[in-house]
Amino acid sequence: MTTLTLSRALNEGLRKALENDPKVLIMGEDVGKLGGVFRVTDGLQKDFGEARVIDTPLAESGIVGTAIGLALRGYRPVCEIQFDGFVYPAADQIISQLAKMRYRSRGHVSLPVVIRIPCGGGIGAVEHHSESPEAIFAHTAGLRVVACADPADAFAMIQQSISSDDPVIFFEPKRRYWDKGEVDTASGVANALPFDRAKTVLEGTDVTLLGYGPLVRTCAESAIAAREDGRSIEVIDLRSLSPLDEDAICASVRKTGRCVVAHEAPVYAGLGAEIAARVTERCFYHLEAPVLRVGGFATPYPPSRLEDHYLPDLDRILDAVDRTFGF
Amino acid sequence: MTVESGAATTAAPPDQTFVQLLTPEGERIDHPDYPLDLSATEIRDLYRDLVLVRRIDTEAISLQRQGELGIWASLLGQEAAQIGSGRALSPNDMVFPTYREHGVAWCRGIDPVKLLELYRGVSHGGWAPEEHKFHLYTIVIGSQTLHATGYAMGIQRDGAVGGDPDNPKTPERPGEAVIAYFGDGAISQGDVNEAFVFASVFNAPIVFFCQNNQWAISEPLEKQSRIPLYQRARGFGFPGLRVDGNDVLACYAVTRKAMQAAREGQGPTLIEAFTYRMGAHTTTDDPTRYRLASELEMWKLKDPIERVRAYLVRTGLAEPAFFADVDAEAKQVGARVREACRTMPDPPPLAIFDNVYAEPTAILRAEREQYAAYLDSFETGAGR
Repeated sequence: MTTLTLSRALNEGLRKALENDPKVLIMGEDVGKLGGVFRVTDGLQKDFGEARVIDTPLAESGIVGTAIGLALRGYRPVCEIQFDGFVYPAADQIISQLAKMRYRSRGHVSLPVVIRIPCGGGIGAVEHHSESPEAIFAHTAGLRVVACADPADAFAMIQQSISSDDPVIFFEPKRRYWDKGEVDTASGVANALPFDRAKTVLEGTDVTLLGYGPLVRTCAESAIAAREDGRSIEVIDLRSLSPLDEDAICASVRKTGRCVVAHEAPVYAGLGAEIAARVTERCFYHLEAPVLRVGGFATPYPPSRLEDHYLPDLDRILDAVDRTFGF
Repeated sequence: MTVESGAATTAAPPDQTFVQLLTPEGERIDHPDYPLDLSATEIRDLYRDLVLVRRIDTEAISLQRQGELGIWASLLGQEAAQIGSGRALSPNDMVFPTYREHGVAWCRGIDPVKLLELYRGVSHGGWAPEEHKFHLYTIVIGSQTLHATGYAMGIQRDGAVGGDPDNPKTPERPGEAVIAYFGDGAISQGDVNEAFVFASVFNAPIVFFCQNNQWAISEPLEKQSRIPLYQRARGFGFPGLRVDGNDVLACYAVTRKAMQAAREGQGPTLIEAFTYRMGAHTTTDDPTRYRLASELEMWKLKDPIERVRAYLVRTGLAEPAFFADVDAEAKQVGARVREACRTMPDPPPLAIFDNVYAEPTAILRAEREQYAAYLDSFETGAGR
């Protein structure tokens, strides 16, 4: 076991993938000498060369579009989109091309492309640097959408995503890049939890609290704080946003009878809506209260001086938990 | 645009003549940069290709009119650009088409019936791209140029560019290259411009083949560009040239040369094939709303097939029996395509759920089972 930051764990995971498969490529803006604006690809170009760690022109559609072509040629490109808000220029290439190619080709074509996107707010950034666009991609059939929340998962899930024969949108919680955790870099990922499964972070009996990405830590802190009030909260890190690990979610909700979903993205038409609908369908007679959602408002992301109001924090999450006991 | 008499002035704007090896009147002319030594058989084969793909196209238009196809994008008028460039490719070269490249598909050995699947609505693309080295049709304008560029970057990483001093296999390897097709409308798309940038800075082995058919549905070329399209290449740092897109020999010659340059590591070329969309954009379009019949009449005089026929007749390279044989074969191909289209079955309803992911997800499996049970709840099985 080694103590690593989440950013370093991703770096180690990418390094392993590059070592294990000569077809793996890294491509993006500033991923070479600079090592990416968050240093996730630090040192990789030096060790694997410019042909495999590619500083691309500054064009997101170009990055994803050429990654598709490289994948058609048998490569496994890992694209870095520098910030969440910069992914939209690549929307056609991701939604209309990457996601649909297997379907359009009736299974003749696989596109094992990973698109890494630092996501979420909380770092005091200017606009377009704090967004949570996961629902757009979860809504797109053909894509897998995952979010890591801790260094151990970052290390394993990036490698699992690169090994996947499906395209993967890989969300990285940018305000947690510097969080530290224990990572077993020596053993491979064969024994790691599959990347399409949720994991229980804290066990509890009274209410199920679902989070992913940057809010997993907030959810865990909320659960620990709630113990003082005698509330036992079960915290689940969804990890996979598409497909959802419905069985894990429903098993927990059947046990607790209550469910709160937290995400930074706007609540309206967000992932929480899909989860609430599915939990209601499958766990209707186990529910003591409606599924509640806590998340961003139905507004654009605010100026950073206001982001503490916009982002769900411990108090807003516990407020939602309290409300589920009011029915 | 004016029509002048003489061999080399057919449709070229005053600033630049295009590469032409066969005039609309069927006169063979030489070009110093593009020597061409095709045998009589090879030229007859090109004629045959031109006639057959036009016949397939005509048949498809009829099938749409009869309700057998939902829509069809006709290649009428662009046969020479497609057959000339398509026949200039090597088997290992990779093609990225739009949705109108029926002639190139023909050159790559795709059964025309497969093309109809898309337009009939029974599949989004029925062939294995790698098997034919011909990617699926792409409908979003210009998107495929980036796929083509990425594929060419893969060729570089495979060490499959010929003439590469670092590649020990070079002497016995001819090299591979990519050709990306698109139109005059697509040249305004960001993706095409991004493809030019990537191809240029990485010196990718790719040829950008722009069929300038003068019309992007109803928008004339002036709405896309203030300069001739081939001149765009210069700003990106690679050569561009204009060819008579209705001259199959010239299209063959310029494509062969540009592809060879790409295969040898000399990087991209933009070819602007100056041609004309003689039909509607698709069968849903009505060109009489936006262009004059006189324009079409003028372009009919530059027909890509008639000039080859005139050349073959004039030079005695083909006997009347040859033309009769080609016409008979066209009739046969047309009949086969027609019959195959009419009898093409709809896919089974549950095929909707196939090939979304490498393995179906739990959500997909559940939806599939629920819909199967729903269909089974009808006495007829609702066609399952």
